[in-house]
Amino acid sequence: MDTILIGLAGVLAAAAPVLFAVIGETITERAGIINLSLNGTVILSAMGGFAVAYVTGNLLLGFLFGMLIGAFIAFIVAFGSITLHQSQVAVGFVLALAGRDLAYFLGVPYMNTPGPTLPTWSIPVLKDIPILGPLFFRLDIVTYLSYVVIILAWLWIFRTRSGLMLQGIGERPAAAFVRGANVNRLRYIYTVIGGAFVGLAGPAYTLNVKAGWMGTQTGLDGIGWIALAIVIFGGWNPLRAAFGAYLFSLLEWLGLVLQPSLPGIPSQVLQVAPFPLMILTLLLVNIGDAEWVQRWLASMPEGTRRVVAKILRAMRASPPAGLGVPFESE
Amino acid sequence: MKKSTWINIGFQVGALVLALLITTLLLLAAGAPPFKAYESILSGAFGSSNDLASILISWSPLLLTTAGVLITFSAGLWNIGVEGQMVLGSIFATWMLRLLQDTNLPPALIIILGIVFGMIGGALWAALAGALKTFGGVNEIFGGLGLNFVATALTIYLVFGPWKRPGVGSMSGTQPFDQKLWLPTLSNTGLSLWALGASILVVIIIYFLLRGTYFGLRLKAVGKNIKAAFLLGIPTWQYSMFAFLLCGAFVGLAGAIQVTAVYHRLLPNISNGYGFLGLLVAMLINYQAIWVLPIAFFFAALNVGGIQLQIVYKMDSSFANVLQDLLVLFVLLGQGVRERFLRKA
Repeated sequence: MDTILIGLAGVLAAAAPVLFAVIGETITERAGIINLSLNGTVILSAMGGFAVAYVTGNLLLGFLFGMLIGAFIAFIVAFGSITLHQSQVAVGFVLALAGRDLAYFLGVPYMNTPGPTLPTWSIPVLKDIPILGPLFFRLDIVTYLSYVVIILAWLWIFRTRSGLMLQGIGERPAAAFVRGANVNRLRYIYTVIGGAFVGLAGPAYTLNVKAGWMGTQTGLDGIGWIALAIVIFGGWNPLRAAFGAYLFSLLEWLGLVLQPSLPGIPSQVLQVAPFPLMILTLLLVNIGDAEWVQRWLASMPEGTRRVVAKILRAMRASPPAGLGVPFESE
Repeated sequence: MKKSTWINIGFQVGALVLALLITTLLLLAAGAPPFKAYESILSGAFGSSNDLASILISWSPLLLTTAGVLITFSAGLWNIGVEGQMVLGSIFATWMLRLLQDTNLPPALIIILGIVFGMIGGALWAALAGALKTFGGVNEIFGGLGLNFVATALTIYLVFGPWKRPGVGSMSGTQPFDQKLWLPTLSNTGLSLWALGASILVVIIIYFLLRGTYFGLRLKAVGKNIKAAFLLGIPTWQYSMFAFLLCGAFVGLAGAIQVTAVYHRLLPNISNGYGFLGLLVAMLINYQAIWVLPIAFFFAALNVGGIQLQIVYKMDSSFANVLQDLLVLFVLLGQGVRERFLRKA
């Protein structure tokens, strides 16, 4: 029982970086901008955050620098797409590569050096609650922050006036504009804020979950793409997205646990298990809208159809209507 | 020349200067003397005839991946799965060569079958991404990315599992094929003129296909406005699917060439980033097929020169990639600036 609890607590901690990236991107996409650079942002902020913390010996500075990198890259995406009207996908894709290559180039001096790591800090009182204590509250401050970020992001989007405006500029920018919103300025702001959260993901790896910078061996290549997929899986809702991130982390852990019982399969193969799962979940989320599925549904007997349609609708997630569409006020 | 052409060239040169400026700062930050570093890239790329051969060896797959993604770009598709499609080309080619290597078939036939099979493999993998998009609503960016990682895992599984070398499997790949199954190369260089010729031929085919044919025109119509194209009676999803298949076949050819002409075996990292690099080249040339040959050559030269930088200055060879990425970024941003500037003028 205890080992399972410790394992699951590890799953929560390991999910924190993915969570930051997923929540950050959810906020950005809610505003109608796709920041496709996530993979590069995570790797560069992982390297940069580690380097700063290593040089200064200050963990906080490391995390802040990671956020700065994320915000800066997101600013380029916003500038390229909003101000210069270039394809968000194109700019984001180039930045995804640039961030990664830059990290591998600049990170050489910091490779394989032991750096500072985040200490464990149990929350007094809460840590003694049976089961929940060891599960949630005997971790580190960044993991606690990840809980807070999920809840705050959800509250912000769905329970505040500003959040309503955020939804508006992503869903129907023209209507939001008529209501007095400065659509493009808000899109800038939310892209940069979202990017800063994504930039928190990198140091959350190199200063905590996967401590240290090991160049291409750090094992972060691909995380950003997974995070982008989880945003879709999460239906642009922080709670559902958080569920996706935890599920991903859980599956990764199960892969590690099950590895010894599957000796025929090299470890690198199990490590990519998330990707077919990613395709599968995207398929499940989107397939309800496909034409042939609709036709197939129509041919079913009434009772079955209702059940299947209900399942499809529960899994379905549609993006903000204005996602990726530039907005011109004139 | 027209004034706009000059402005155009000015912006491209400006982007290059800006990219070089930033990479110079990066070199300084990394503690390398910038001019000596650039010099070593140049000498690494053009120092000897062997270097030129190395450039041509990496030019060939880059031409194919760029040509491939030009088709999918024309159809309005972001085929990020190009990397995995190349890997599948390598896997299928290796598979065919393994099946036939102990038969009495003439080696030339085996090689040709291997290459054709590689093209089929690439096309099938691309078709999978296409089917996921067309019938499952999965955006080709994510479907393709996922399939890239699956392709890599499949390679690793094969290299360490069923196709492992006698003894123990290793990252160095499968057992090399017998020399009779190698695509003939120029003496001592490893450069196959067959591979190079085929790649250039593909670029020429793509150029005329996209520029001068009814098919190319309709494909571009699908890419520009899929709804309007559908209303005009173009079978849109069939066109998208065909674009995927064609791209996959050409990229699969690149993968098959890596097996038959360059490495003579299957390696875990056989696609070597050529797929993504092809996407970058296509973006850099603003999807104009006429520029594929020189720009892909320039990128290939940077790749080869970057290795020299790694040897001399103990730097990561990703420096050349950083230069390529920044160049494309600045060209993209420059396009935006130019459009604003010309609109106001």
